[in-house]
Amino acid sequence: MTAFLAVLRRDIALGLREGGALGTALGFYLVVIAILPLGLGPDLDLLQRISGGVLWIGLLLSSLLSIDRLFAHDLEDGSLDVLMSGALPLELIVAAKAIAHFLVFGLPLVLFAPLLGLMLNFPLPAAGVLVGTMAIGAPAVSFIGAIGAALTLPVGRGGLLLALLMLPFFIPILIFGVATLNASLGGPGSAATPALILTALMLGALVLAPFAAAFALRVQFRG
Amino acid sequence: MSHEMFVGLSYGVTGVVFAGLIAWVVVTGRRRRAEIARLEAEGRSRNG
Amino acid sequence: MSDVPMNERTAGQTLVQRFSNPTRFMAWSGRLLPFLSLLTVGVIGFGLYVGLVVAPPDYQQGETVRIMFVHVPAAWLAMFTYLTVVISSIGFLVWRHPLADVSAKAAVPLGAAFTFLALVTGSLWGRPMWGTYWVWDARLTSVLVLFFLYLGLMALRNALEDELLAGKLTAVLAIVGSVILPVIKFSVDWWSTLHQPASVIRMDGPTLHASMLWPLLVMAVGFSLFFFTLHLVAMRNEVMRRRLLTLQRGRARVGRSDTAATIVEG
Repeated sequence: MTAFLAVLRRDIALGLREGGALGTALGFYLVVIAILPLGLGPDLDLLQRISGGVLWIGLLLSSLLSIDRLFAHDLEDGSLDVLMSGALPLELIVAAKAIAHFLVFGLPLVLFAPLLGLMLNFPLPAAGVLVGTMAIGAPAVSFIGAIGAALTLPVGRGGLLLALLMLPFFIPILIFGVATLNASLGGPGSAATPALILTALMLGALVLAPFAAAFALRVQFRG
Repeated sequence: MSHEMFVGLSYGVTGVVFAGLIAWVVVTGRRRRAEIARLEAEGRSRNG
Repeated sequence: MSDVPMNERTAGQTLVQRFSNPTRFMAWSGRLLPFLSLLTVGVIGFGLYVGLVVAPPDYQQGETVRIMFVHVPAAWLAMFTYLTVVISSIGFLVWRHPLADVSAKAAVPLGAAFTFLALVTGSLWGRPMWGTYWVWDARLTSVLVLFFLYLGLMALRNALEDELLAGKLTAVLAIVGSVILPVIKFSVDWWSTLHQPASVIRMDGPTLHASMLWPLLVMAVGFSLFFFTLHLVAMRNEVMRRRLLTLQRGRARVGRSDTAATIVEG
């Protein structure tokens, strides 16, 4: 447990020290959202209708953008070897790194979303629901993204490939995240059902993704 | 467009894709066989 | 189709050690292929005849229903091929048999082609039936996701230089995909029932009359045979490609040290 917390603390510290990466992710999110009205026209009704989905898609994209280096730094400076030869199971190392990614990148992006919502005429009273659903979905994005980061680790600059591989896997999170949001904004159906399914998906990803990512790493370094 | 045209297009696309797949495997197979034969002939002449 | 001409003595040294079973695979697949090809041509030919000539036009959809005889088998084969990829991937990761990787690698482009066909014929069917080429129908969307998955498998294998590593990581991706695919299917179904416009005619109609069912089954068998045949040929091509790599590596070594013994490599 202490080893797990040590990895977690180390990754958070490293992520925070490299403020540039978080800035890039936030900036990317901002630009993606800002460019949409320029393409779609400034019709506030239309923007409000699509704002929930657009904010979710932007979150997925900017989260993916920051996750492709999840293991790359540790591979380059050799600390991945040290971690892998330590006592802590690789699955838990992956989990710690994914949690750190969620805390350093996912959470700021989630908290940034309502602000960006202002540009899309997103109803401000619903900001709590938006942040709540995204806070459930974002850990799943970090954990599933970790699989992609492990798979594309030997490719080097695998950001684009990672997006191609992993975006289809985010479809369930996107669907139930946006459904929860729309239902609580007065859409058809109750918000509880999609919210529960979203939570179940997140928990499933938390449990299963570390095994898949750790397996992908083992295949690379232990044959 | 008439309905028959959509039927024709569907079967046409299927035919084109199938033909493309067949051409792909046959052509690569032929190239590889020739290359293997060439390399093995070279190897034989060198090793005597 | 004749087998690969090769010197049995050098094969005994260089290949049997690395690909002992692949060598046997080349032998039996070479003998099987002519029969399999003939059978495929026969069944698909018969299927075309019953599908285009014998089967009556549908009372509701008219001639358009004939698209079903290529669309549905293509969709089935798209899924069946993914199953083949997953089973081969598990086989490769668990037993480390090189032929399993060959099978997975050879199946992926075929699966992508079937998925592409299912999408294109579905959209050509949708135009006269629904009035538009693309509907965000649950099934079309799921098949589209399957297509993305095939693209991802090809892209990952392409991006990795080390072939052994590429095979293993692609296998991991295929297995992860097989776990997530049902979840995606469930999500898309759920999403589609939420958004489905009221007046969509189901593609398969109310029930499938027997006069429609059996041409469909004949075509499904034909498509399956087509897959088996092409998969075998593509696997043979891949085995030959690996043989070529071994030969070229061996030749480079002979060129350096000129001793035949170094051809035998671990």
